[in-house]
Amino acid sequence: MEALVASAVGVLTAAGIFLILRRRTFPVILGLSLLTYAVNVFLFATGRLAVNAPAVLNKYEQVPYTDPLPQALVLTAIVISFGMTAVIVMIALGAYLSAKDDHIDMAARDSVDGAGEDA
Amino acid sequence: MNHWIVAPIVLPAILAPFIIMVLRYHLDLQRIFSVAGVVGLLGIALTITAQAAGGDIHVYELGNWPAPFGIVLVLDRLSAMMVLLTALLALPVVLYAIASGWDERGDHFHPLFQFQLMGVCGAFLTGDAFNLFVFFEVLLIASYGLMTHGGGAVRLKAGVQYVTYNLLGSTLFLFALGTIYSVTGTLNMADLALRVAEIPPEDTALLRVGAVLLLLVFCIKAAVLPLHFWLPASYANAPLPVAALFAIMTKVGAYSILRVYTLAFGPDVPATEGLLGDWLQPAALLTLAVGSIGILGTRHIARMVAFCAIASMGTLLVAISLFDETATAAALYYVYHSTLATALLFLVADLVMQRRGGAISPRPPMPQNGLIAALFFVGAIAMAGMPPLSGFIGKLLVLDATRDAPDATAIWAVVLIGSFVTIVGLARAGSLIFWKSYDPSTQDDPAPEAETAPEDADPAPPPPPEPQPGLAFTSVFGLVMGLVLLTLFAGPALDYTRATAAQLFAPEQYISAVLGGDE
Repeated sequence: MEALVASAVGVLTAAGIFLILRRRTFPVILGLSLLTYAVNVFLFATGRLAVNAPAVLNKYEQVPYTDPLPQALVLTAIVISFGMTAVIVMIALGAYLSAKDDHIDMAARDSVDGAGEDA
Repeated sequence: MNHWIVAPIVLPAILAPFIIMVLRYHLDLQRIFSVAGVVGLLGIALTITAQAAGGDIHVYELGNWPAPFGIVLVLDRLSAMMVLLTALLALPVVLYAIASGWDERGDHFHPLFQFQLMGVCGAFLTGDAFNLFVFFEVLLIASYGLMTHGGGAVRLKAGVQYVTYNLLGSTLFLFALGTIYSVTGTLNMADLALRVAEIPPEDTALLRVGAVLLLLVFCIKAAVLPLHFWLPASYANAPLPVAALFAIMTKVGAYSILRVYTLAFGPDVPATEGLLGDWLQPAALLTLAVGSIGILGTRHIARMVAFCAIASMGTLLVAISLFDETATAAALYYVYHSTLATALLFLVADLVMQRRGGAISPRPPMPQNGLIAALFFVGAIAMAGMPPLSGFIGKLLVLDATRDAPDATAIWAVVLIGSFVTIVGLARAGSLIFWKSYDPSTQDDPAPEAETAPEDADPAPPPPPEPQPGLAFTSVFGLVMGLVLLTLFAGPALDYTRATAAQLFAPEQYISAVLGGDE
């Protein structure tokens, strides 16, 4: 199971990094989502993998348990990454609609001269 | 328990939803409450700084859960002075945003501003690594809204880049925290320090990976060289008062490096020995060099100030990367100076851009040219580190502290040549913007104007409301006063930062305050 989880994290991360290096916003956002999935699975695995074990200690007998803290961390991470993806989709949509193209790079002259000229 | 510690987080956290839900349609009331909130934050910051100045470390257990299990907020000299700096910066910036009308060019400026303050103060106060991540996210979410405030195609595009880069940084942060947790089983910083010290030196590969990943995250925030690419475009395209507030965000990265790598992954802990200085110092020197070259090379005033911010982060991190007491005391003094000077230059750049556009090329003279030129001159002197102002003292302290370092020659050469290039770059920009008379027959000016104007001007920005130059200039002069006071009272300020550095390099006090504080 360790190999399965590890390779899943690896494949998700590799695909995410590949997509982030694309030139348009849509694949980049997909790549970010894949990366956040990868990190969520990774965080989940940091408490060691245990199957069919409750996330609470039992004080009456010695039974296997799984570490509850990574689950709490993962929950926080999921909420944050979900919200962040929504935010970047909205900003990218706004940029696409007002600039009429969805390249992630700025036009070359903006980077030289015209940055923030509208102030 | 000392409830003042949580106040800098709770006050903006309550005020922001209040503004957004109750005062949504009342801009005047929003302004009043926002300014009152910042003044209140300043009062709280002064109170907690006075409490921390005694040398005790105060711990606040959230939900009264004892330390390694619950999240703690920790108030020591360092976090108190950083919270105070946040409040000192926020007051002139919010006044300037109101006076220049930036806050009415889009919705929800003031709630986002308050959330940003909440995130920054929380990041400075927390004693838990995962909680640090959460407060990073709070300040980043608010900064996404502030950065794209007012809209416009170019700004939104820059916003997409900024958000993407920071989301990548957050993902990396989570990978780092996961790795560290899987090795040590804790994320409380004090507990982490104990566990890291217990790990046998031959078993630390994974921990070192985690520590380096964490350093990368903080370097992204601090815009250290290979990871600085997000900063110029983001800051130059953000509304400039917001960019002035963002001057504190790079310092959050520097603060985190200082906190985590003096407490948990310290230079004398065997597990992570020699991990940091070898990498951080060359990177900091390169940051300083590239920032200075950028100041010289740019053709837009906002980008120029953004490169000033990068260069000053370079100087700051040169001092931090030595990890000894004298250098850290100098760095902490330089943090105050660099934040105020960067913010001052951003506000002056906004004054210039409101009147004549930001291109560093001759244009017809603008109103209040002399006054703005004088303010730019003051800001440039401070930023470049010329004698009368605190930049000189700060750089002198940094140079003095690095005198015995192994690479002292390289550090001195880069800092001094970098300062010289900065002076040249700022002098060139200032004389082109304020002094060079406009000659309509030159061909090189109208062309870029005609090229950039349509794209920027047509979509979103509504006609700027009539500005209140009096208040705007007052807030800029407030920052100047801050720099002057920092110069005049350099002695007491240095006493404080020296005590802070001493406290940082004796982490036993921090650890026992956090872990033994449950009686």
